[in-house]
Amino acid sequence: MIDTLIHILALTAPVAMIFASLFAFTTWLERKILARIQNRIGPNYINIPFTKFRKTFGLLQPAADGFKMLVKEDIVPHGADRFLHLLAPILALVPAMMVLCLLPFDLPFANESMKRIHAAALDNAVLLFFGITSINTLAVFMAGWASRNKYSLLGGMRAVAQMVSYEIPLVLSAAVVIMAVGSLSAQKIVAAQSTHWFIFTPWGLAAFFIFFIASLAETNRSPFDLPEAESEIIAGYFTEYSGFKFALFFLGEYLSIFAINGLAVTLFFGGGNGPWVQAHPWLSCVWFLAKIFGLIFIIIWLRGTVPRLRVDQLMAFAWKFLMPLSILNLFVAAVALKVQQPWLTWPLCALVLYAAAHGLSRLQQKNVGPRTYQYAE
Amino acid sequence: MKLLGSGIFKGMAVTLENFVRSYFDRDRKHHLFTKEYAWKSDAPADQLPARADTTVTTRSRNFPMLLHDGKGSEDPMASIRCVACQICERECPPQCIFIEKEYDANGKFVKRPVIFDIDISVCMSCQICVEVCPFDAIVMNSEFELSNNDRFNGLLVRRDALLKSNDYYHRIHPEEAQERDDRMAREKAEKEAKQAAADAAKKKAAELAAEKAAELAAAKPKVDPAAPTATPQ
Repeated sequence: MIDTLIHILALTAPVAMIFASLFAFTTWLERKILARIQNRIGPNYINIPFTKFRKTFGLLQPAADGFKMLVKEDIVPHGADRFLHLLAPILALVPAMMVLCLLPFDLPFANESMKRIHAAALDNAVLLFFGITSINTLAVFMAGWASRNKYSLLGGMRAVAQMVSYEIPLVLSAAVVIMAVGSLSAQKIVAAQSTHWFIFTPWGLAAFFIFFIASLAETNRSPFDLPEAESEIIAGYFTEYSGFKFALFFLGEYLSIFAINGLAVTLFFGGGNGPWVQAHPWLSCVWFLAKIFGLIFIIIWLRGTVPRLRVDQLMAFAWKFLMPLSILNLFVAAVALKVQQPWLTWPLCALVLYAAAHGLSRLQQKNVGPRTYQYAE
Repeated sequence: MKLLGSGIFKGMAVTLENFVRSYFDRDRKHHLFTKEYAWKSDAPADQLPARADTTVTTRSRNFPMLLHDGKGSEDPMASIRCVACQICERECPPQCIFIEKEYDANGKFVKRPVIFDIDISVCMSCQICVEVCPFDAIVMNSEFELSNNDRFNGLLVRRDALLKSNDYYHRIHPEEAQERDDRMAREKAEKEAKQAAADAAKKKAAELAAEKAAELAAAKPKVDPAAPTATPQ
C-alpha cells in the first residue's frame, strides 16, 4: 500500500513539477515572441540579486514576477463570497494538474515495474481528460460569480457559453482518433501511431485543425480570449483577483494549455514517438515536450496576429461551423478507415471536407455585407 | 474564389516575417524601435540627468523644471526667469504647484519666488504651466529616474532642485529650446523697436514742443519785449 503510494508520488510529482517550471519558461517565451512580432525586444535583463550581473536575457523575469505575486496583498472585494472566491483559483489549478498526469509522458527514470502501476495509465484516459477539464468551466464561473463584480460576472458568463460550446467540437474531433484506434487509453493511441501519425491522414488533419481551434477556445486563448477581454471587460473573471490567487489562476491557465496541447500531441502527433526513440527511450519525453512547445509557439504566434472575435461570431463559429464539420469528419473518417487506400482517400476526403468547410463559411457570410452606419459617418 | 482561411494565413505570414527579421535583419534600426537603457552602474546620483541625454528622445517630457540663464557655477537665483507671478499655480489643473513670493527687508516684492514646489506625485505632465507662462520660465524636463523611498518629501521637488540652466534645456530638447530662444529674442527685438519708436515719438514730441516754445519765445518779444513782470511766477 505504502509502496504503491510512493510509486504514484514518484511518477506524478515530477510531472507536475516539470510542467510548473516550464510554465515560467513559457511566460518568458510568450513575452519574447510577442515582443519580436511587434518589433520590440521584450524582457532582456533582470539583475541577479546582490550582483551586478544583469545580462540574463530576461530569463529571471518569471521569478521576479512570481516573487511580486507572492508578496502582493490579497484583496477580497467587500460583499464577495469569500469561500468561493478562494475556492475558484484552486479549482482552476487542480484539474489542470490532474490531467497532466493522464498524458503518456514517460519519465526517463521510470522502470518497467513503475510503469505498470503508473498512476494514470488508465484505459479510459481520454474520456477522463475531457471529464476533468470540464471542471475548469465551473471554476471560471465561480470566480466570476464570487467576485461580486459585474465585469467578473460578464466574463464568467462569456466563459461558460464559450467553453461549453467549444467542448463539443473538441470531443467530436478527438472521437475520430478514438474510432481509428479503438481504445481510450493514451498509451494505446500513441502505440498505434508508432509508424504513421494521425496528422498525416486527411481526417486526422481536419480533426487536428478543429481540435486546435477548439482547444484555443477551451483555454481562453486569443483570438478566443473573450472571458478576459481586457479592452472590453477589464480582465473578466480575473478582475478581482490579486496576489497569490491570481498567480494560481495564471498557473492553471498555462497548465491547461500544456495539458490540452499534450492531448493534441498524443492524439495527432504520435506522443513521444520520433526519430531515435527506439534506440534511446529517454528521448521520448524530450520529443513530447518539443511537440508541445511547437504547438505553443503557434498559439503565441496566433495571439500576436489575430484580433479578438465578437461574442456572436464566437458562438456562430462553434455551432454553425466547427460542429457540423467535426460531425462530417466522423463519417469521412469512417469511410476512409474502411477503404484504406491512401491514393483514393486523400483526394476524396480533402475534397469533401474542403467543400463542406467552404460551404459552411459561405452560409455564415450570407448576411454579411458592407457595414452601414446609422450615426457615425 | 479565395481559399478558406487565407486571410489568417496571410496575417500570420506578416507577423512571422516581423518575428524573423527582428533577429536577422542586418539593418536593425528599421526593425527594433526600442532604445535600450544606458546602464552606468557606478554613476553618482548627481550625474543622473546626463543619462536622460542619452536614453531619452528629444520629444519626451515628464515633469516641469524652472529655467535660469546663468552659466557654470553662477548662482542660479541671480538669473532665474520666474517672477513669482503665480499664473502657473492658478492654471495648474491638479494644483500641484505651490509658490511664495520673495520680499526684501523693506517689505518690497523683489519678483522672485522664495518657495516654488512641485508635487510630482500629483503632477499629470499636462504642460499647461509651460503654455501659460509669459516669461518662458517653466519648461518640461525629461528626467525619468525619479523613484524614491520617501513618498512624501521625496516626490515634492523644491525650487533649487527644479532650477536648471538654459544650457541643460538646450541639451535635452534642442529644437524646442532653440525655437523658444529665437522667439524670445524676436519678441525682445520687437519690444525694443517699439520702445525705440516710442522714444523717437517722445523725442519728436519734445522737439516739437520745444520748437513751439521757441517759436512762442521768439514771438513773445515781438509782442512785449520789455516786460519782465509778465513772466509767470
